[in-house]
This record gives sequence, structure tokens and C-alpha cells, in this order.
Amino acid sequence: MRFRTKRAVAVTAVASLLFAACGGDDDTADAPAPADEPASTDAPADEPADEPADEPADEPADEPAPAPAAELSGTLIGAGASSQAAAMQGWQAGFQAAAPGVTVEYDPIGSGGGRKQFLGGGSDFAGSDAALKDEEWESSKEVCAGDLGAINLPHYISPIAVPYNLPSLDGTTLNLSPEVIAGIFANEITNWSDAAIAADNPGVDLPDLAINPVHRADESGTTENFTDYMAQAAPDVWTYGAIEAWDADGPGGGEGAPQTSGVVAAVAAGEGSIGYADASQIGDLPAAAVGVAGSFVEFSPEAAGRIVDASERTGGRNDYDFKIEVNRTPDSADTYPIALVSYHIVCLEYADQETVDLVKAFMTYVSSDEGQAASAASAGSAPISPEVQAEIAKSIAAISVAG
Amino acid sequence: MPSSTITRATVTRRGDRVFSGLSRGAGIAILVILAGVATFLFVEGRAGIFGDTEEMSGSDSFLQYVGPLVFGTVFAATLALLFAAPLAVAVALYISHYAPRRLAQTLGYIIDLLAAIPSVVFGIWGITVLAPLLTDNIYPWLNANLDFIPFFSGTVSTSGRSMLTAGLVLAVMILPIVTAISREVFLQTPRLHEEASLALGATRWEMIRQAVIPYGRSGVISGAMLGLGRALGETMAVAIILSPSDGYFWSVLTNQNSNTIASNIALKFPEAYGLDVNRLIATGLVLFAITFVVNALARRIANAGFSGADG
Repeated sequence: MRFRTKRAVAVTAVASLLFAACGGDDDTADAPAPADEPASTDAPADEPADEPADEPADEPADEPAPAPAAELSGTLIGAGASSQAAAMQGWQAGFQAAAPGVTVEYDPIGSGGGRKQFLGGGSDFAGSDAALKDEEWESSKEVCAGDLGAINLPHYISPIAVPYNLPSLDGTTLNLSPEVIAGIFANEITNWSDAAIAADNPGVDLPDLAINPVHRADESGTTENFTDYMAQAAPDVWTYGAIEAWDADGPGGGEGAPQTSGVVAAVAAGEGSIGYADASQIGDLPAAAVGVAGSFVEFSPEAAGRIVDASERTGGRNDYDFKIEVNRTPDSADTYPIALVSYHIVCLEYADQETVDLVKAFMTYVSSDEGQAASAASAGSAPISPEVQAEIAKSIAAISVAG
Repeated sequence: MPSSTITRATVTRRGDRVFSGLSRGAGIAILVILAGVATFLFVEGRAGIFGDTEEMSGSDSFLQYVGPLVFGTVFAATLALLFAAPLAVAVALYISHYAPRRLAQTLGYIIDLLAAIPSVVFGIWGITVLAPLLTDNIYPWLNANLDFIPFFSGTVSTSGRSMLTAGLVLAVMILPIVTAISREVFLQTPRLHEEASLALGATRWEMIRQAVIPYGRSGVISGAMLGLGRALGETMAVAIILSPSDGYFWSVLTNQNSNTIASNIALKFPEAYGLDVNRLIATGLVLFAITFVVNALARRIANAGFSGADG
């Protein structure tokens, strides 16, 4: 476990270095860089300092006994998705201000590793880009106290933009339907002057230029969500399903670049390139408006945040589980469909009151407006909607001591 | 070994015992460390080689998985050596036999300094400076004029993340080690050999060909192999620069390249779990084996060649 962490840290450090070196002429460059302490601690630290002090005091008053966050002490251990690493820095800093006695540790070892560690009893919660699978949920009954198992809470929505490098468009936003996006990344549409692209962009003078689709060279939840989008929205064109590793399972072709920063740098470097990357990190590159329900939606945090509302809860486990099947083809054109939804996985019942209090306090903070603002500041995430927040609050309230 | 024939040394003092113990300990330690690494790679990697490929992402068999990686590793390292070795020998000769003494010293320092730059920095330099430079000026020309050679065919990468860029950056990285060793060997050419050659009427270039290069050949080969070892194992620079794809690719200008083992591990390890981790470790074992074979070959060549003053 240890060396894996170090490796991850090294890689993120490299990524932020690289990003700072090649993209950083605007404010987005320092905000999301995970190694960059000040950027992530500033904003959330002073904001929630006054708010949550009274919040937990009046909110759970009717619930049985959770102590106010400020009086809690202890250590909460989490591990999992590296996609949440930057957001977690914001949450840790914000929660630290609300509950000075609590230390939240988060080891970004990857989603799969995080679930494994949680199911092995090595952590109090897991961060994961995928909800617990059915067999994992079964085994969660053994590690959690009681027999209700674990629940998934969709706390982190990270919009994925489709940036492109076509200076000749001169500021015109490119419209791309799902079929065109899938065609480009499956190497079926290879030139920007292709009739399919022109059909989406009437009146736009598209250059006669080869398309260079850029994908992640490392395994990534971003890739998985982006390919899941193509598989759902354009299943006839993208026949490879939702995949994590592009070169192993994808269509081949295109350019591979390491980490989000590498993809952004590669798109920025080559005219005619197009990629997919965490929307907060694409810098000055223009991002395509994506075809949804007959029109084209430009990325915005609010539009991306509605993805959870547009998705079905795939229940069947218990009323409190918030596992969703992300719906990439929403009915309304105010929802941006390409986003990574990442969960916190927690037990519904823990063995002792202390852990219950810590988990509830932290998860309440994370799903609150302050928590969502903190992750937006440190990681550029999209906020979960008030409706979803209310649902999540019910789930968190149900966390209790076994017996 | 010759010391054992000196009979006077039979009186052993405490210092001798302590020192011989220390050096023996160091010798054993290196063996233990090596054995430990090999055992770790083997134990952890076994499941990756023989395990159920259904539970791993991608390829059907371990050979199919590791094949392109081995190819990419050897290809990138060979390219690097191809560029670095001649340049290193030339630089070493210049420093040892042509440059004025003061300039030679400064140059030596500067080249040694190159060796101290972290590979990440080389990677960043490669992708932000070298790659755009080559993409704008050299690669399109190579592609347009020499595309009948398979190496230069295909579509030129727009960002320069190609095998040739990786090879060139690796070449810069291994340059100091090859140069430093070559320089040291060239400097040790017996003065008598050189003077004899000059006295027979040889020009300086002829003298170098007759005396210096034959004397230093095995040393240069050793240096080149050390450099090759570094190129084979180089991780971060390649991970940053190379655009990897699954498969075997001979073209050095496109964005379709076989990845190297070390770079693949660096890219995949952070998110890998389950048997995928074991398979990555198994590829590490393969790299270990390749390096071992390369070193063994190098030793063989160095020993079989002109061995210094004896000739």
C-alpha cells in the first residue's frame, strides 16, 4: 500500500508540474493542481469557518444524539479514487475548520483499491468512481456492523469537457452530436471537414484538417465515464463499451497522453486535436457543445450537476443506497451529460458511536452547500442539486450504531 | 588476489579484519538486495503471468501483453544508444585529446552536470521544448522526403509525442554516463603508445585510431551498456513524452508507439488493482531479465574485445 501511495503522489506531482509548465497562464492552472496547498486551502478555509459551527447544531437536533462537529475528535480514514484527491483537499480543509478535533485521512490509491481496502476493513469510508458492485455489497455486510451493508453516496460530480484545438474557428463554439464524438474517437471520422461535423455546424467554415483524437494513456475514471457516455449515447458507433484502459480495450489509434494535464497539453500542442478532460483543467481551450435531446448544451457546472437528477437510482439493496445508473441521454436540454460521478461508500451501521458521529459529520459537511463549494474551489467540481442533497441527507441520517 | 602471495601480510591487525568484514558485508548485502528484488518480482508477478486473464483488463495472454512492451523498451533504448554513443565518443575524444586543458575541464563538469538532472525535468523539457521544435521543423521534412523508409512513414504526430522524440531525450539522458566513462578510458591510454604512433609519422587522427580507440574500446562498450541500462529502465521521461498504443509500431514519427515497460508501469500502477497489479509486476520481472541479459552480453563483448594494455 505504501509504495503505491508514493507512486500516486509522485505522478500527481509530476502532473501538476507539467501542467504548470505548459498551460499555466490563467487562474485555472493553480486551482486544481493537487500538490498546490494554498490554492485549495484558502477558499474553503475561511468560508465554512463560521457557517457549520451553527449548522450541525440546529439541523440534527431531532436526531438521536450526534454531537456537534466542533466537539468531535478522532481520525476518519478513507481511501480510494484519485479523482477525488483534489476535492478531498478542499473538504479536509473545510471540515478541519468546522471540526478542529477531527483528522480526515484520504489515501488516493484508486477506486478499485479503495473499495478493496474498505471491504477489508482497512478504512472507514471509500471514495470510488464506481458504486459497489452486487457481490461487493454482499461482502460489505461482513465488514460493516449489523447486516445492512454499505451505501453509496454520489458526492462528487466532475464534468468532463471535450476541448479542441481549431484556431481557424475563431471563437465559434463547435457543436458535436454524440454520434460525431463517438465517430471521431473510434477513428471513423478523420477530417474536420467531414459532412457529419458540418451537419451539426451549419454556417461554420470547417478546415480541411486531419483530426487527432487524444485519449488518456493511463487508466482513468475520466476515460471510463467518457466511453460510457459514448456507449450510451451513440451505441451504434462506439461499440467498445465503457472502458478504463484505452490502449488495452479501445479502438486503437489516436494519441495517448498521461494524466489530465498531459491530454490538455497534447490538445493545446497540435492543431486539429480533440480530447476529453476534467472541465476545470482545460484552461483557454474551447470546449464543444454536446448534443442532448435535439439541441446542443455547452458545459456549465449547473448543467453538469443535473446529471444525477436525470439518472435513475438503481435500488434493490435498501432505501438509503444512492447508487445511480448515470443517464447519458437526458430528456431535457439543460443537462450536460458527460460527467464523472464519484461516490463515497460508507457503512449504514458501524460498531461504535464515535465512528458513526465522525462519518455522519463529515458526510453531512461534504454534501452541504459549503462542502460542495469547497470541492468546486479546489477541484472544479459541479454541485449536486438541492433535491439530491435532501435525499442524501436522509441516507446520512440513517447511519447508526449496530444493534 | 596478488596480495595473498605476499607473505609479509600474515600478521593481521584489527583494522584489517574490520575492513575485510565491512567490504565482505557490502558484497553480501548487494547480493541479498538483488535476490530480494528478484524474489519479490517473481512471487508477486507469478499470478500476473499464470493468472486468469479474464480478470485482467485487455490482452488474452501475458505474452500478448508484454510483447509490445518489450519491443517498445528495446526500440526506444536502441534509438537512444544509436544517437548517444557516437556523440559521446566524439565528445570524450575532444575532451581527452583535442580541447585545451582548461576548456576540457569545464566541459567535463558540464557534462557530468547533465547526469544530475532528474529525468522528470528531461521529460518536461522534451515535451514542452524539444517536441514542438522537431514537429515544426524536422519531422514533416523526414516524413515528406524519406517516407519510403518504414521508420519515417505514417502520419506525423501533431504534438511530437513520438518514438523519435523519446529516443532523442533518452539519448541526451544517457550521454553523460557514456561520455564520462569513455573520457576516463581515453585519458588512460598509455603515453608510450601515443608517442610511438606519433613518432612513426601518424597524424593526431591516425594516432587516435591506432592507439586510443583500440585501447579504450572495451571501456566505451561498458559505458554504452551502462547507458543502455539506464535507457531501458527510464520511466518518467518516457511516460511524459511517448504517446502509447497497443501493438508493434516501427514508425518513429506517429502517435502510434509501443510503450516501454517502465513507462507502462508508471502509467498504470496508480489505478491498477487485483491481478492487473501482478501483471504489471510481472512486466517488471521481464525488464529485470532484459537488463540482466544486456549486462551479461556487454561483459562478454568487453572481455572478448581488445583488452587495454595487454594487446
